Amino acid sequence: MSVIQDKITQSDQLVSLFEQNREILNQGSSPILNRIREVSVKRFAQTGIPGFKNEDYKYTNLKAAFEKSYRQELVRESGLINLNEVYKNNIPELDAHLVFLVNGWFYSGNKPGSELPKGVVLGSFEQIANEQPELIQNYINRQAGLSNDPFAALNTAFAKDGFFLFVPKGVIIEKPVQIVNLLSSEENLMTTQRNLIVAEAGSQVKLVVCDQTLTPVSYLFNSVSEVFVGEGAVVDFYTIQNHNNQSTVINSAFYKQERNSVLYTGTFSLHGGLIRNNLKVTFSSDHSEANVNGLSFTDKKQHTDNFIIIEHASPNCLSNQIYKNILDDESTGAFSGRIHVARDAQQTNAFQRNNNVLLSDKARMQTKPQLIIDADDVKCSHGATVGQINEDALFFLRARGIGEKDARMMLMNAFAHEVVQKITIESLRERIDELIEKRLNGEIAAKHELTV
Amino acid sequence: MLSIKNLRASVEGKEILKGINLEVKAGEVHAIMGPNGSGKSTLANILAGKSDYEITEGEVTFMGEDLLELSPEIRSRSGLFLSFQYPVEIPGVPMISFLKASVNEHRKYKGLEPLTAGEFLKLMRSKKDMLHLDTELTNRSVNEGFSGGEKKKNEIFQMAMLEPKLSILDETDSGLDIDALRIVAEGVNALKTTENATIVVTHYQRLLDYIIPDFVHVLHNGRIVKTGGKELAFELEEKGYDWIKNGNEQ
Repeated sequence: MSVIQDKITQSDQLVSLFEQNREILNQGSSPILNRIREVSVKRFAQTGIPGFKNEDYKYTNLKAAFEKSYRQELVRESGLINLNEVYKNNIPELDAHLVFLVNGWFYSGNKPGSELPKGVVLGSFEQIANEQPELIQNYINRQAGLSNDPFAALNTAFAKDGFFLFVPKGVIIEKPVQIVNLLSSEENLMTTQRNLIVAEAGSQVKLVVCDQTLTPVSYLFNSVSEVFVGEGAVVDFYTIQNHNNQSTVINSAFYKQERNSVLYTGTFSLHGGLIRNNLKVTFSSDHSEANVNGLSFTDKKQHTDNFIIIEHASPNCLSNQIYKNILDDESTGAFSGRIHVARDAQQTNAFQRNNNVLLSDKARMQTKPQLIIDADDVKCSHGATVGQINEDALFFLRARGIGEKDARMMLMNAFAHEVVQKITIESLRERIDELIEKRLNGEIAAKHELTV
Repeated sequence: MLSIKNLRASVEGKEILKGINLEVKAGEVHAIMGPNGSGKSTLANILAGKSDYEITEGEVTFMGEDLLELSPEIRSRSGLFLSFQYPVEIPGVPMISFLKASVNEHRKYKGLEPLTAGEFLKLMRSKKDMLHLDTELTNRSVNEGFSGGEKKKNEIFQMAMLEPKLSILDETDSGLDIDALRIVAEGVNALKTTENATIVVTHYQRLLDYIIPDFVHVLHNGRIVKTGGKELAFELEEKGYDWIKNGNEQ
């Protein structure tokens, strides 16, 4: 069953959609979740869809995206698609524990459990919230609920399903867990996906999330992931975004790190109409490390915005950020990296860099590093560059017989490589290299056009 | 092989080359000497195809073709090689994949099959041995973190790999200590045949102790003002460029 909206414009219409469908939203959902819906919808109503006046959304206008009309799947639909075919065609193949989500819903055909170590839980967020509420109740909305971001609140109000991963104390999952988010609809579709990852003390897990639109309609993909990295735990979380030009992606990830934990993230925005990535890391205890990296490719009228917040709330932590963008045609990009070092967070090391290459005269990049330092014994650095392809390097390669197109490709790959080589999963590193090649030579864009 | 006739070129409206004439035949080594700002590097860059210059007059033929009409990559594939004065660092482009692409583009142009990985490595090894090159250089990104000497050796290594018909060495001696200079010069000499030619562009006579030129041209103020044998280089070294400058003014 689905609800068709004639026109969703601003917040009041979303709020009234919530009011009208409260029962459907609550149906089948955990009472824990249903309680926080009500608070969240009120919070969303206060802010509404942010406009340019909202400092955090100064460079990314989402109002236009919300003015389109969308279908929403407020309860699970039974639509099946040939997953194998989709998988082979579009998604980097990894030796991984593989699960699919379709339009934000955990796919019923997934059989992830058999090969996972004992005690690990990987499954539908909705189902596990109902069946094992003790696993989620201490975590759900603990971080997203603290955020002022209206889309996190909107997500919580409408959240029904997504994936849930629990890694018990001391358990190491050797193979990566690959989550494939498929978006498949014949009409414009708004999806709300809610993910929760709990890595208990001393555990280790590597996650690879791959988003893929399969049809040429407009999608509005609002996803929230909350990730808890326990004491001494190591979490690697990679996201590969491949959406069509009509799509809007609001992808929020909140990481909370306990003592001595290590986090690696990589957000690869390969293709998409408008992509906004909100990423927040909070060091809630000392001696932790976060490596937060991203790489984005835009052309035509695409837009990517990476909005990063690192909360150094505790002493002796280290954060590294490298974000890179390659922008062509009339595409635009934004990067905002906020590092906040709290008063007590002495011995903080926080580093940030944002490098951008503009391939055309009309491409635009906005970059905004922001250091807010309240402690006095810290090492922080930030740097941003916006430039063109290095003409001297291009000439050098051509003067050695390499054609202009190939030489440009080599240089773009080289620019991207710094981020790619930070990937901690070797097979993923290779796949990303291949995908970047396909992105730069137009194959990915052609595939999206083929689905029209 | 190379014929330059009345070449005039300017950059941003300022004339740098004011009518250059030069003939280079197979088997010859030419040295172009001159003070700073005389147009030596401009000439080298124009021959390799750098687009920052406006050619206002003249013609250049290379192997019977109108060189100025060719893109830099076609010039390279046709057998023209520029050893850069300041080789650029390209982080993220591994030496090995760059060289392989380069060698195979040259082969493709000649109608040859690309080298297999094994053949390529073998070729690389033999050239490295020939030049007494540190094997580690090819495991890094192009020129990244190389010392000045390593960069110049790397240029000669690429020259060895590509076996050009005409090599233009732009200030290859600058920044080299005497040992590196000898290695580079020995490399150039080892690659010399009766079929290829070399143009050595240099400020100092020093390199010409190792690479013996058949002709020395003195470039001053955008023109070749004097041409002679290798003894001209010694004369220049002795009397300094003021000799030429003053002579030119008189």
